[in-house]
Amino acid sequence: MKKELKTFDDPKNVKILLRIFYASLVVLLIVDLFIHKHADFPWEDAPNFFAAYGFVSCVLLIFIAKILRRFIKKDETYYD
Amino acid sequence: MISYLLNTGCPPALIFIIGALFIPLLRGKLKSAFMLMLPVLAFVVLMKTPEGNHWHVALLDYDLILGRVDPLSKVFGYIFSLISFIAVLFALKVEDDVQHVAGFAYAGGALGVTFAGDLFTLYIFWEIMAVASTFMILARKTESSQAAAFRYILVHIFGGLCLLAGIILYIQNTGSAEFSFIGLDGPASWLIFIGIAVNAAIPPLHPWLQDAYPEATVTGAVFLSAFTTKSAVYVMARTFPGTELLIWLGALMTAVPIFYAVLENDIRRVLAYSLINQVGFMMCGIGIGTELAINGTVSHAFCHILYKALLFMSAGAVLHVTGKIRCTDLGGLYKTMPLTCLFCMIGAASISAFPLFSGFVSKSMIISAAGHEKLIVVWLMLQFASAGVFHHAGIKVPFFTFFGHDSGIRAKEPPLNMIIAMGIAAFLCLFIGIYPKPLYAILPYPVDYLPYTAAHVVGQLQLLMFGALAFCLLILSGNYPAEMRAINLDTDWFYRKGGKLVYNFMDKWLNRVNAFCDKLFAQEMTATLGAFSRQGPAKLTLFIMTPIWFVMGKKGDKEKIYAAFETASIPIGISAAAATLFIVGLIVMR
Repeated sequence: MKKELKTFDDPKNVKILLRIFYASLVVLLIVDLFIHKHADFPWEDAPNFFAAYGFVSCVLLIFIAKILRRFIKKDETYYD
Repeated sequence: MISYLLNTGCPPALIFIIGALFIPLLRGKLKSAFMLMLPVLAFVVLMKTPEGNHWHVALLDYDLILGRVDPLSKVFGYIFSLISFIAVLFALKVEDDVQHVAGFAYAGGALGVTFAGDLFTLYIFWEIMAVASTFMILARKTESSQAAAFRYILVHIFGGLCLLAGIILYIQNTGSAEFSFIGLDGPASWLIFIGIAVNAAIPPLHPWLQDAYPEATVTGAVFLSAFTTKSAVYVMARTFPGTELLIWLGALMTAVPIFYAVLENDIRRVLAYSLINQVGFMMCGIGIGTELAINGTVSHAFCHILYKALLFMSAGAVLHVTGKIRCTDLGGLYKTMPLTCLFCMIGAASISAFPLFSGFVSKSMIISAAGHEKLIVVWLMLQFASAGVFHHAGIKVPFFTFFGHDSGIRAKEPPLNMIIAMGIAAFLCLFIGIYPKPLYAILPYPVDYLPYTAAHVVGQLQLLMFGALAFCLLILSGNYPAEMRAINLDTDWFYRKGGKLVYNFMDKWLNRVNAFCDKLFAQEMTATLGAFSRQGPAKLTLFIMTPIWFVMGKKGDKEKIYAAFETASIPIGISAAAATLFIVGLIVMR
């Protein structure tokens, strides 16, 4: 039997991964303040606009999807 | 005609379609080599064919053009040949000639559409595609795939007939069968538009895609993901560039499917929804219609075909080795399928348009084009959809398949040919992402666009990473919608349930009318008529004879007269007397 990978089962590794992830978020927030922008719209010049937009978009996406589910969810045998 | 074709090289479409006919005759390695050679041959022929119109075929009064080669058709020709090679390699071990032949006919149809120079040729190959692709679904041979294939072909017959009706009207109106810019103007163009929109899966005409693709075979879904929608993108870019309606339909198309993708449990159905979302970007680009937007659309189609095929291949590989494809059944597969997992993540990063992956260098052109045209709402919708696509195709698909909860499945990697096919696609996704110049060089317009600017890279990374943060926080806090075994209603409800309603209505009401008519005409009226024709003359005779008998004081035999008329054995004297009486009656009545 081939050896199994278990890297992501170890909570320690997951923790490290999450820390790297959070650190990269902070780096992105800082870097954004120092770059020159060539925007089509004024709000693109606002600091960290895309971070806020990405976060809000995904939260909205999930909550709207949850509401949508109430209306469209049917049993798997619905069409049979 | 044949010698003419041979002298001038063979159209790529015919290389595929005629080549397909030989596949069942071959066996073993020769068969594999032959199948892999066909796309290579088509690619080489394309490279060697100069721009212009080639391969004219005279049919009745029309001049069919099988090879209109220009920058736009060439890009699509290249990517269709390339993806055929990858898909054929992926499907090489499939022991079902029907699938191989149908696959080549399907890809050949797409190439035929791409190089068609007139509307008739377009229509012929359009229908070849529809028929051949149906076999990719039928070949799964499950009850649900048969039903899905049936719905699929019905929808495409509808789309094909709209296209045909539009083409005929268009030729009637303009006197030309030229396949070039049409633009929305009058019923002919609307019919053509609807015909193309069905294949492009523009809402509300889209549900066939998420209905049928997940029901296809493991390898069939890879073919399906490449050809039907992207050939429709090509035809739309040819006939309706700059149509404002497409901007809005496209933007809607990017946004709506992602809600479904978040809720969907079947991995390949999630991919089908994200396919619709990606084609939405292309439709939007066609609608904007500027050089940048069209370049963005074409390059995005090119990249999309590669990473979407890669995603369908990795999901297919999982289905192939585990027999399962639902999020609720999968999880933890990275342990024994690290390569497939890696390829899936490369596809996921590409579709999410991460910098250094192919989606980044193509999708950004479309969004920039929307920005340059100051389309505020559209731009916001496209950015929203970009964050959303990362959410479901970028994170959800790899996470629930290869990580997430441990399903206990310990499946091996798929066969080598599948690994290599995925490897080639993954390599190309990375290569184009890192070095987009060769792709930019073959686009229809000169490219004056730099994808890798600091602002753009950081902006895109922020959008994606903070979208990922939302995913993380929602999962960790238990607010993420749980994966459920369920059907999510889409517009196919109208023909799936609506069809049943119509059927029941017809059944109830038309059968009632039928029963009523049967009773009235078949049973009662014939009996009445029969009785009338049998007894009528006898009754009429009695009507006349009874007063005569009464006057003459005789007692006539009624039964005898009935019997005489029913057996037509009336003495000639009586007939003559009756005839005379009638004549007398007639004269008196005058």
